[in-house]
Amino acid sequence: MIFTEADLVALFVTVKLAFISTLVLLLCGTPLAWWLSRSKWRFRFLIEAIVALPLVLPPTVLGFYLLLGLSPSGPIGSLSSSLGLGSLAFTFQGLVVGSVLYSMPFVVQPLQDGFRNVGISRLEAAAVLGASPIDRFFSVAVPVARPAFVTASVLGFAHTLGEFGVVLMIGGNIPGETQVVSIAIYDHVEMLHYSKAHLLSGLLLLLSFLTLTLVYRHRGFKVVAS
Amino acid sequence: MSISARFHIDHGRFTFGVDIAIPEKGITGVFGPSGCGKTTLLRAIAGLDHFPQGYIRIGGEVWQDTTTFVPTYKRMVGYIFQESNLFTHMTVKKNLKYGLSRVPKGRELSMDTIVDLLDISALMDQYPRNLSGGEQQRVAIARAILASPRLLLMDEPLASLDLDRKREIIPYIEALNHDLGMPIIYVSHDRDEITRLADHLLLMDHGKIISSGSIADVLTRVDLPLAKSADAESIIRAKVRDYDSKYQLSILESSVGQVVIPGEKLELGRDVRLRIPARDVSLTLVHQTDTSILNIFSATVDQVFGGDAPQVMVKVRAGDTAILARITRKSADNLKLKPGMKIFAQTKSVAVLT
Repeated sequence: MIFTEADLVALFVTVKLAFISTLVLLLCGTPLAWWLSRSKWRFRFLIEAIVALPLVLPPTVLGFYLLLGLSPSGPIGSLSSSLGLGSLAFTFQGLVVGSVLYSMPFVVQPLQDGFRNVGISRLEAAAVLGASPIDRFFSVAVPVARPAFVTASVLGFAHTLGEFGVVLMIGGNIPGETQVVSIAIYDHVEMLHYSKAHLLSGLLLLLSFLTLTLVYRHRGFKVVAS
Repeated sequence: MSISARFHIDHGRFTFGVDIAIPEKGITGVFGPSGCGKTTLLRAIAGLDHFPQGYIRIGGEVWQDTTTFVPTYKRMVGYIFQESNLFTHMTVKKNLKYGLSRVPKGRELSMDTIVDLLDISALMDQYPRNLSGGEQQRVAIARAILASPRLLLMDEPLASLDLDRKREIIPYIEALNHDLGMPIIYVSHDRDEITRLADHLLLMDHGKIISSGSIADVLTRVDLPLAKSADAESIIRAKVRDYDSKYQLSILESSVGQVVIPGEKLELGRDVRLRIPARDVSLTLVHQTDTSILNIFSATVDQVFGGDAPQVMVKVRAGDTAILARITRKSADNLKLKPGMKIFAQTKSVAVLT
């Protein structure tokens, strides 16, 4: 078991990226999923299609547009520059933005299903018992949809772990900053360091398998419990 | 604290127009066939649906008019749905505390009192999925009451239960009204539930109120569907006065005179509601003494209704109470029944409802 220091750093960056992205996704994705599960707006499907885009879009396409957007003259870039953050291209923050967009459907869709299953009648029961809309959300919707939160977090996390194309386009492969495991593996293979590639690939495989096991075990448990 | 409500909805196929005033005390039954708009009315009162053309006032407080719409959670209404809608992620106790903890200070009811009233103390640590349908509905009622509503709305609360479970719950609903004095609007399409529970009745059909008044009056309005149906009946109120132990008869004093009921010994002094089926009432011109029938009331003919049908409905008044008698048209002609005539109504059966 000999990971090079560079490998360990890449691993750390990867886990940190997945962790922060999942957190941001839960914060932004929860209100979005709630709105999608309740809205009767006739053009809601447009938003749903946009959220689902990363499922089918080649990550390089997403990465390409992000690169343009993050550049100092792009919309996100000029916004971040005016906030004094500079351009986000080739930075860790830029990767977070990319990962959030890339993993969005993996978090929003389970949450949307979970919220839909909460059902209108339980929320109405809470309303007649004196609970305000925010109160109903936290006291009824969130606890009832808890399994969906677990699924969403794990899938968001696991999907970000395996990110490659987007990072390749906007990351710049800077060790300690934007070099993640998937890119490190690519580098090892390019330099014909197969044993190193094996180690990292095996680790990523194991990690992904374990997180998915967690989701499915939780789901199975849910079925038994109800 | 009377309640006024006016709604008008026109959705093409479904039109709904009501203008009602509900008394502050007692149980108001809302009765009508499925799809007549009973649930729509309750949901509008609770604010669960917002119909722009609406007005609701409860006591001095306006819940809805052209400029105001108080959201449901600020109305302090209790709502019992057909399904119990308990929170499955909480124990019974936590379900009960949900409403209780959101009540403004000083308005809280004692949890123990309500738990005893609905007899659910043994269920407190259970999850809703482990309860029977009847138990779930009792918990749902307790939860609604503990939120201290100013008005309790019940939407077919017994519809999903079988007959035994219905019988199990009805006394609790009566006790609620009696012990807490909480006004209740009780929606049902089950006539038996309504005649047992309601003091006041709104009769609905096709999105309209077709009649309203005291239960005894609406049941005996010969122009309305209730009195035209095969199980037409009259309701009278009575107080238990005596018990004849030799013959095992309870003797009651009612607004139509003395009523004798065989069998169970009723508690002395208790107020009861009695049902007299129209088909069991016969009419005589003289007070018969050579008859096996014990319950005979002196009355005046009010209306004879039925046209050319083989049977007619005769509405008689004893004091201020109306009684229906279904008799053959031939008998009505033989007796030459006319409004204002003095007659005697005798009934073979009287059922104690409460």
